[in-house]
Amino acid sequence: MREKILTFIENNSRIELKDLAVMLGSSEAEIANEIADMEKEGIICGYHTLIDWDKTSEEKVTALIEVKVTPQRGLGFDKVAERIYNYPEVNSVYLISGGFDFLVMLEGKTMRDVAQFVSDKLSPLDSVLSTATHFILKKYKDHGSIMAHESKDERMLMTL
Amino acid sequence: MRNPLSDKVVSISPSGIRKFFDIVSEMPDAISLGVGEPDFDTPWHIRDEGIYALEKGRTFYTSNAGLKELRQEIVRYLERRIHTSYNPADEVLITVGGSEGIDMAFRAMLNPGDEVLIPQPSYVSYEPCAVLADGVPVIIELKAENDFRLTKQELLDAITDKTKILVLPFPNNPTGAIMEKKDLEEIAQVVIEKDIYVLSDEIYSELSYKGEHVSIASLPGMKERTILINGFSKAYAMTGWRLGYACGPAEIIGQMTKIHQYAIMCAPTNSQYAAVEALRNGDADVAVMRESYDQRRRFLMNAFREMGLSCFEPYGAFYAFPCIREFGMTSEEFATRFLEEEKVAVVPGTAFGACGEGFLRISYAYSLEQLKEALGRLGHFVARLRAEKGAR
Repeated sequence: MREKILTFIENNSRIELKDLAVMLGSSEAEIANEIADMEKEGIICGYHTLIDWDKTSEEKVTALIEVKVTPQRGLGFDKVAERIYNYPEVNSVYLISGGFDFLVMLEGKTMRDVAQFVSDKLSPLDSVLSTATHFILKKYKDHGSIMAHESKDERMLMTL
Repeated sequence: MRNPLSDKVVSISPSGIRKFFDIVSEMPDAISLGVGEPDFDTPWHIRDEGIYALEKGRTFYTSNAGLKELRQEIVRYLERRIHTSYNPADEVLITVGGSEGIDMAFRAMLNPGDEVLIPQPSYVSYEPCAVLADGVPVIIELKAENDFRLTKQELLDAITDKTKILVLPFPNNPTGAIMEKKDLEEIAQVVIEKDIYVLSDEIYSELSYKGEHVSIASLPGMKERTILINGFSKAYAMTGWRLGYACGPAEIIGQMTKIHQYAIMCAPTNSQYAAVEALRNGDADVAVMRESYDQRRRFLMNAFREMGLSCFEPYGAFYAFPCIREFGMTSEEFATRFLEEEKVAVVPGTAFGACGEGFLRISYAYSLEQLKEALGRLGHFVARLRAEKGAR
């Protein structure tokens, strides 16, 4: 049941409990309990809104920063990650395999903001060996939603 | 001038609800619960394979029976899904949609005067296709109280010396009814005893919500008297690719292939390459779509319960078939008023046979938002009709 709830609300967290219960063949109380438990257990970490900021008048830039670090003895990467993710302007931090260690996503008002973050805050950290900053030019798809075009029901109204 | 037309063709009546179709097509701002196709796009890896086939210049005819590779994949698929083995060399024919298979089977099997048993409500093409093949359609009217399943007694009552083929359209369009193993076993017993054949149209087989779909072909003694029709339209959301298949005894498939060769040549080549990919790597897509339909099915049934609309629980396809007899209107009157007053298109049950009178076909192959909007309007409409009736 948990997996079914999660699969559903991952794409639509605004669904009414009542509808979700009907669709999963369960009761409203059971769904509510499961969700509350999963929130407590940290399985559900938050409910957010996916926004295409490009369609607003708000100026925003998003950057992906590849970061190479030296892990700290006894603490591995976690301590370094913490120093990075505690900055509120940092959106997400992933430890990844391959040619570098962290992938940091950052949102700023201007490119200058991002540049300043990298040069003043990120690069000076003791464990950080190097960074490479990539600015996002266009978002085509995010969290499984395609932003580039609107999907429309093109089927005929009636077919037998 | 001489009459240019065939009397037989002219005698076939056009769809009984053509008038209603015309009204619907005049209302571009209407929303709909009337479609007979999935709301998903074909999964991308399947589309990609179709595109790749075009890029590679695979733009030639395939063999008449269809790509060998595809026939082999179909055989593997049927082994894993209905546990029945066919020989890809002479027991499988790739057709242009499941519909072509129905037409070819009738033409290959019927002699003038042979009777074809057609349970209704059901898809609209069996009756005219049987007539075009010089068969005599005999309608079996399925009943709501049997959950629109075909019963042994109904079958026995309809069989005569001239009966040759029983059409078995389950999971059913428009009712959403299914036949479970125990139901099929009773039918199979009669079919074998009376020495008739079955045309089993299982185009919705992957959309079964009560256990695994069972094919009558998988029952003992039935493979040799069953033409199995299936295809890619519903399971893989590939309606526009026009691709289906027929499996059955080599003797019948051979004759069907002959007609197919002269009439069609072969099914579209790039669709066939895409279908190979669908069968090889599409099981997970089908599972996701099935789960999603099932969720919306429950949502729809709950909405009917809340508005007090009586409807048996459908366990297949993506349709429900609620009863509207309480309003004292014909299906077409109901559908027309609903369209005019609430701007929602649904299909009158009579489109699928006279015994569909008093019912509507409602499709749930829509997004939850679309369903909510349309069902909200249905709720209003139903409440208004009840108020009118109360006032009278």
